[in-house]
Amino acid sequence: MLNVGKIEEGFVLDHIKAGKSLSIYKHLGLDKLDCTVAIIKNAKSRKMGKKDILKVECDINTLNLDILGFIDHNITVNVIKSGEIIQKLELTLPKEIKNVLKCKNPRCITSIEQELPHIFVLTDEVKEVYRCKYCEEKYGSSEF
Amino acid sequence: MRHLMSPLDFSVEELDELFQLADDIQANPAKYAHACEGKKLATCFYEPSTRTRLSFEAAMINLGGNVIGFSDANSSSAAKGESVSDTIRIISCYADICAMRHPKEGAPMVAASKSSIPVINAGDGGHQHPTQTLTDLLTIRSLKGRLNNFTIGLCGDLKFGRTVHSLINALVRYDNISFVFISPDELRIPEYIIEMLKEKNIPYSEVTKLEDVLPDLDILYMTRVQKERFFNEEDYVRLKDFYILNKEKMELAKEDMIILHPLPRVNEISVEVDDDPRAVYFKQVQYGVYVRMALLLTLLGIKVTA
Repeated sequence: MLNVGKIEEGFVLDHIKAGKSLSIYKHLGLDKLDCTVAIIKNAKSRKMGKKDILKVECDINTLNLDILGFIDHNITVNVIKSGEIIQKLELTLPKEIKNVLKCKNPRCITSIEQELPHIFVLTDEVKEVYRCKYCEEKYGSSEF
Repeated sequence: MRHLMSPLDFSVEELDELFQLADDIQANPAKYAHACEGKKLATCFYEPSTRTRLSFEAAMINLGGNVIGFSDANSSSAAKGESVSDTIRIISCYADICAMRHPKEGAPMVAASKSSIPVINAGDGGHQHPTQTLTDLLTIRSLKGRLNNFTIGLCGDLKFGRTVHSLINALVRYDNISFVFISPDELRIPEYIIEMLKEKNIPYSEVTKLEDVLPDLDILYMTRVQKERFFNEEDYVRLKDFYILNKEKMELAKEDMIILHPLPRVNEISVEVDDDPRAVYFKQVQYGVYVRMALLLTLLGIKVTA
């Protein structure tokens, strides 16, 4: 059993689907932060069998919950201060995401106008469907 | 300021007002002949489309306004690499309203977000063509006297045909409409439309043979199999003449059924049908001008009193 120590301030992302932590690490931009990050893969979980965990020691305002909510809104976000959990954040599917995905439709205006932000709008909350704001091409978070 | 990107941008009530205005324009053209005097419409067409462009231009001229614009990307600054966002900022200084056609989907929406004048989507790739849908709705309303309680058959390329998809989305907002989708297997209506109809509990059926359903239809919306949508010439050749509506088949149809077509027509409606009073696709073109006139007035906020 591998032991990873407590963090003093930051957040712990728990219940990440096994194997997804590196993708989340990248999309949250954690590689750009100058702080301690622990990536725990395939930890044992009663609920999930196997899960990933990310521990990030940084200012708690650094986290973009919209991106996280889009990737997997079942992830548990524990906010840590002075070594203790002070808050558990509920993730929801964001209404809109900006510059997280790129539209793959070659006929979309974003394919030629480079400066346009890639914006996706939540169009079906139940089926978790997002559509490109410009061409309405369909995306699900599973394609992420 | 209001733009038109999709036929669903207007509520059913707003559409009704628009169609009433179109009716009045049709009944009293002289009343509107100077309504847009001093106003300029810019037709920014990044790909050729003679009919839609001319329809917009005729609409503005009928209202006493003027028209400027370009009819293909090579004769605009786009050929020099200018973005749609920059072009519309410039056009906004020259004109009072803009109709834009662009091969890239969402381009008119980008233009609308940067524009200081109303922008009308005059077709963006395979995405939306709202003024065609408004034309279809006005034609049905004018010739059938209602936009509810009918069975409409949509025939031909139901997979790629954006006019078909837009029309269905617009019609599901009205009561008691049944859809009959007539297409070869390869060009069936997309699954997301079927799902939407199921969710809304709207009756529909899918068939491959036109003759089987013709007697049931109040409206037949024919479409062309579009060559430009196929990657494979062989598939196009095999499917292009799958449906040919001729005099013989028309004998099966109701006396008061109407035939619509977004045009251009190729072989799917035989020319011998043109003289049949139920063939209304050329009248439809005229309704297209009326509805664009009504749209220009509405978006410009011009009210004409007697």
